[in-house]
Amino acid sequence: MSVAAHDGIAVFTLRLADDCLVLSHRLAQWSSRAPTLEEDVALTNIALDLLGQGRSLYALAAGLDGSGRSEDEYAYGRDERQFLNCQLVEQENGDFAQTVARQLLYSTFQQHLWSALEASRDETLAAIAAKALTEVRYHVDHATRWTLRLGDGTVESHERMQAALERLWPYTAELFEDDDVVANGGVEPRLLRAAWEADIDAVLTEATLQRPEPAWAPSGGRRGIHTESFGYMLAEMQHLHRCHPGATW
Amino acid sequence: MSGAVALRRALAAIPDPEIPVLTIEDLGILRDVRAVGQRVEVGVTPTYSGCPALDVIRGDIERCIRDHGFDPDVRTVLSPPWTTDWLSVDARRRLQEHGVAPPRRRDATGGLLELPVACPVCGDQHTTEVAHFASTPCQALRRCDACSEPFQHLKEH
Repeated sequence: MSVAAHDGIAVFTLRLADDCLVLSHRLAQWSSRAPTLEEDVALTNIALDLLGQGRSLYALAAGLDGSGRSEDEYAYGRDERQFLNCQLVEQENGDFAQTVARQLLYSTFQQHLWSALEASRDETLAAIAAKALTEVRYHVDHATRWTLRLGDGTVESHERMQAALERLWPYTAELFEDDDVVANGGVEPRLLRAAWEADIDAVLTEATLQRPEPAWAPSGGRRGIHTESFGYMLAEMQHLHRCHPGATW
Repeated sequence: MSGAVALRRALAAIPDPEIPVLTIEDLGILRDVRAVGQRVEVGVTPTYSGCPALDVIRGDIERCIRDHGFDPDVRTVLSPPWTTDWLSVDARRRLQEHGVAPPRRRDATGGLLELPVACPVCGDQHTTEVAHFASTPCQALRRCDACSEPFQHLKEH
């Protein structure tokens, strides 16, 4: 395997790991704040799935990039510019509709991603993908049910759901961006776009929502450039470990 | 009974921390046990990637192996991914006896072989889902239309 291909799959894996960790943390922020007790439990259970997937991916990345770093070193020991998650997952929870919209847009993407990666030539990545695929189906199911209920609900819930889509839609462009990271054993994100759009369109139509018009397309998360709220999130997430390096409990 | 056979039995009898009526072998979490000299290699498959019980299970396994005088080497096996289809008939019956509706059996294509989720208390086939996502990702909350008893359903996964 060439050096470039070796590096490519390491970066590719780290990007997915960071997506999982960051979205997991955002969802965990709903703990004790969700609209109902059942929803509180559902969101934190999805967060737990993502955390588990992230841990498996960090362990794989540590072998691929040759650093042998621990999961904690990846999560707590890196600065903002070293995180390679897409900007969509770091967006603030907002109202409940915004969280649902973020879940729908990202989980649907992730479902197609895991599905494609099941055939990865990297056996560990393929195993993680096959495992995660059984879990993300629930995440998509959860987001779809809420999108239908809010979109095709009251005037208020419909307006909020549509506003959430308008707010987050620009960040979906980055999911399908191609760049110079050629990942041997990965998947080219642009190949997932058509299937993702078909799924999203079907849900939005049934939910009486409009697909937002293409507008600006922010980008940079995959290269370590993030939106303002991400720094605050990271500061909170890393605070304890930065104050007490190596703390365990 | 040799030490290795006794250890194998002891490992298979470790209860699941979340559903103690089932053992880790019933659930299919315990994949394989191999003695290599003094070392005992155990493969475990997580039910869900982020299942917090897995760390407890891992600790239970390591303690059990040490108690039998061997050195533990516990590894996570992700492939093939865990599925409720691995639950034995006996495990399903014990779940039901403890008031939890077992996951429904499926055919090779994933199609359900039994459609209604029956009430584990009175056996009536008319039940309603109250919450699709209950206390853990693997469970849903249902209520029996006949006897009104609320119960947990271990979802097909």
